[in-house]
Amino acid sequence: MKIGYYPGCSLTGGSKEYHESVTALAGAFDIELVQVPDWNCCGSTAAHNLNKTLSLSLPARILALAEKNGISEIVVPCAACYNRLTMTQRELNHDKNLRSEISELLGMPLSGKTEIFNIIQFIQKYISPSLPEKISKPFEFKVACYYGCLLVRPQKEVLFDRPEDPRSMDDIAAAAGAVSVEWPFKTECCGAGLTMSKTDTVARLSGKIVLEAVERQAEAIVVACPMCQSNLDMRRPEINKVTGRKLDIPVIYITQLLGLAVGLSKKELGLQRHFVPFRLEPKAANTSAEKREEVKANNLTEA
Amino acid sequence: MSRVGVFVCHCGENISATVDCEKVAVVSGELNGVAFSTDYKYMCSDPGQTIIKEAIKEHKLDGVVVAACSPRMHEPTFRKACAEAGLNPYRCEMANLREHCSWVHPKEDATTQKAIDIVRTLVEKVKTNNSLLPIKVPVTKTAVVIGGGVAGIQTALDIANCGHKVIMVERQPSIGGHMSQLSETFPTLDCSQCILTPRMVEVAQHPNITLYTYAEVEGLDGFIGNFKVKIRKKSKSLDEKTCTGCGLCTTKCPQKKIPNEFERGMGNRTAIYVPFPQAVPNKPVIDREHCTYYLKGKCKVCETVCPTKAIRFDQEDEIIEVDAGAIVLCTGFEVLKPDFFPEYGYGKYKDVIDGLQFERLASASGPTKGEIRRPSDGEIPKKIVFIACAGSRDPAKGIEYCSKICCMYTAKHAMLYKHKVHEGTPYIFYMDIRAGGKMYEEFVRRAVTEDDAKYIRGRVSSIYEKNGKLIVSGADTLLGARPVEIEADMVVLATAGVANPGAEELAQRLHVSYDAYKFFAEAHPKLKPVETNTAGIFLAGACQAPKDIPESVAAASGAAVKVAALFSNDELTREPLIAVVNRQAPPVYSTCVGCFLCESVCPYQAIEHEEIKNRNGEVIKTIARINDGLCQGCGTCVALCRTKAIDLQGYTNQQVYTEVIALLNE
Repeated sequence: MKIGYYPGCSLTGGSKEYHESVTALAGAFDIELVQVPDWNCCGSTAAHNLNKTLSLSLPARILALAEKNGISEIVVPCAACYNRLTMTQRELNHDKNLRSEISELLGMPLSGKTEIFNIIQFIQKYISPSLPEKISKPFEFKVACYYGCLLVRPQKEVLFDRPEDPRSMDDIAAAAGAVSVEWPFKTECCGAGLTMSKTDTVARLSGKIVLEAVERQAEAIVVACPMCQSNLDMRRPEINKVTGRKLDIPVIYITQLLGLAVGLSKKELGLQRHFVPFRLEPKAANTSAEKREEVKANNLTEA
Repeated sequence: MSRVGVFVCHCGENISATVDCEKVAVVSGELNGVAFSTDYKYMCSDPGQTIIKEAIKEHKLDGVVVAACSPRMHEPTFRKACAEAGLNPYRCEMANLREHCSWVHPKEDATTQKAIDIVRTLVEKVKTNNSLLPIKVPVTKTAVVIGGGVAGIQTALDIANCGHKVIMVERQPSIGGHMSQLSETFPTLDCSQCILTPRMVEVAQHPNITLYTYAEVEGLDGFIGNFKVKIRKKSKSLDEKTCTGCGLCTTKCPQKKIPNEFERGMGNRTAIYVPFPQAVPNKPVIDREHCTYYLKGKCKVCETVCPTKAIRFDQEDEIIEVDAGAIVLCTGFEVLKPDFFPEYGYGKYKDVIDGLQFERLASASGPTKGEIRRPSDGEIPKKIVFIACAGSRDPAKGIEYCSKICCMYTAKHAMLYKHKVHEGTPYIFYMDIRAGGKMYEEFVRRAVTEDDAKYIRGRVSSIYEKNGKLIVSGADTLLGARPVEIEADMVVLATAGVANPGAEELAQRLHVSYDAYKFFAEAHPKLKPVETNTAGIFLAGACQAPKDIPESVAAASGAAVKVAALFSNDELTREPLIAVVNRQAPPVYSTCVGCFLCESVCPYQAIEHEEIKNRNGEVIKTIARINDGLCQGCGTCVALCRTKAIDLQGYTNQQVYTEVIALLNE
């Protein structure tokens, strides 16, 4: 099957491995990701701070292009892009006049009916149902799932999971064999875009997160946002300086975790691209999925 | 030729600000059949009513239209005035210029024109009005009080002391409500149990009060003065008359690990249990969900040990029907459920508790015998953080109101903690301190100055557990929103007071209105605070909105007076605005053909069968008759009657057509 795909700038630049792992994972489940032709920047933080019309027009153009090309469902792995697209869609659907204004500006019709998925929602709908039978190397490590801010906020607009204590990624990781640790910083700020202008602030904020994950005995931090990933990963030398520790916990995408679990290679998932090396080796399950189910069923009848 | 009088009210500026009242009066005066018209600033005032009365006499009016507010507001006022002037009160109609016109439209000619149109339709209607006579119905001088908390107790005692019968229905095995769970009460710090339990006993022993605990109201029929209340007495699996309340069964029951609701889950109880030592009645019930016998079919230890053989495993729920003249709702409130605060870890961390749980910890009869020990490990906490407004005043949580009692009980908690743990430090995060009430502000001051409660103005963003401590992060907005982090041993959330889970269902069952938060609605927020919109049903206490004890008790006495006033009459007068089946001379008798379609749709079971007999006593025809005590005038039967044999007095088909035609013929 085919489904629309909007990578955004991060996935074609600094976070190539996110793109690689999303595509590889989709491929493993026979899903073809079709990029929205001629897509443009979502406007990111800059647009909605500076120019309201621009901040709506940029995501609206992507949505209009998707509609024009018959894409009814679109996966947006970057949390920031997802946030901008969802917020725009919601605002324009709420205000019909504004929608026709923007539509006129773009010179394209816009119905506002495209379904937008973040990576978790995509996994929940298209990966999770057939995940159990595909797992060949369960990811049997302790992980700290880190959601960041943009995936779940603002709650009233994105309407996804619980903003204060989200569970969706933890459930997915658990389904792939991981043990997700209970920890308090799932949605703490990583410092986001200050990574360039105020690196020390980012090191302090991200450091708090990484340190907490380590202290809760996590072996990997799992994320779903390229910004979070780069702050926790690329800024590790600064983080180590602030915390005075040598923290070597890897920061991986949920798609990489699932990819490993279904037997994709590290290379296919771009795991070699991270700054903090990823050294965990998921082992092949002793028994096949069917066998495991059989054992489980037997155990249940005995109990 | 009719002689109608039109009286246009300015309602201060409520109507005259957007409607030209003088013009309405002048134009109305020219309508066909109008003998007199005028306008006045306050028609409902004494001078205003005098204008109406004098005009009726002077101009020999046979119909009156008061163009003012909603009939819900002042129809009784003006009908009474008309009656005093010798006009049948049902020849007075109200044209609603306020709610239906002036309040909802801007000041412009069209608004005045609409007002004139409304008056015109009512003038046409009133011309066809008949003189009606009020209906007299008897009053059953028994009140049903639903809920046995402090509000219910006060209501029941006050009504019973007036010499009337009271039936109290309580859902729990004991009366006492939330007040019986409290340790001490603000602002006097007197023991809650000590002041409440004598009252509970008084209820049980009062000759005028019948108490049904472990019982719920299942249904309600009838109307003011003549309700029929269906009560389900849940099976206690016990013969209450034989049981002496010795309590031996509760000590021998093998199921000992059931979370105790009275202790808010901080202690355990057995399957056969008395909720707390001072319970009224002090006799056990078997909780069938947890009892070994009901689960597995074996055990019966309680039956074996019972010295008076009072256990009845085969006892079934009993449904009884009682007659009552009035009903008082005193069903109280609940506090928010744990999953409301993922950011505070309420429900996840054992040492994050709610205010009611703290009451139990501080209570001498509580799970720790009054020592402040935290639930996780029984240690005495050195630092407790109290969070006021946990849920309240928080639009993001869907609770925009102030829960009112939390500021005071949080100050009390801080004091109780300090009195018991001298070296401890209470921190209180708050938004504003709302301490309006006699000796309330002084009480909060005392917490600060004498008991060293550390108030921090700001909100807590998150709480998490680390190395056995609860890390509370918040902001101090009086220090420029400086971040504050406190390593606490225990956290107490002053969770919002919310409506009882069953409140909505009960309201629908009793046909009383409720607000967006599922609290029962009073008939008027200022002038009818203990009445509901349904005649004969009153309310008191925290089922209406969060209330503290003094307020609940005051409301309870208020409701009791309303009931006593109702019971001071032997007969009630009912509005004659009910359905009637027409009667004609023989041989037709009535256009009713006896199909009784009306009977199947009447929501009030008001349709009766009337047999018309000849001189020899033989039945010639059976037609419908409306019971004027039961009919509520809803008009469903009128709409359904195929032969137009039924009509609604005061709103006849003829009258409604007249109004419509008046609107069409400008």
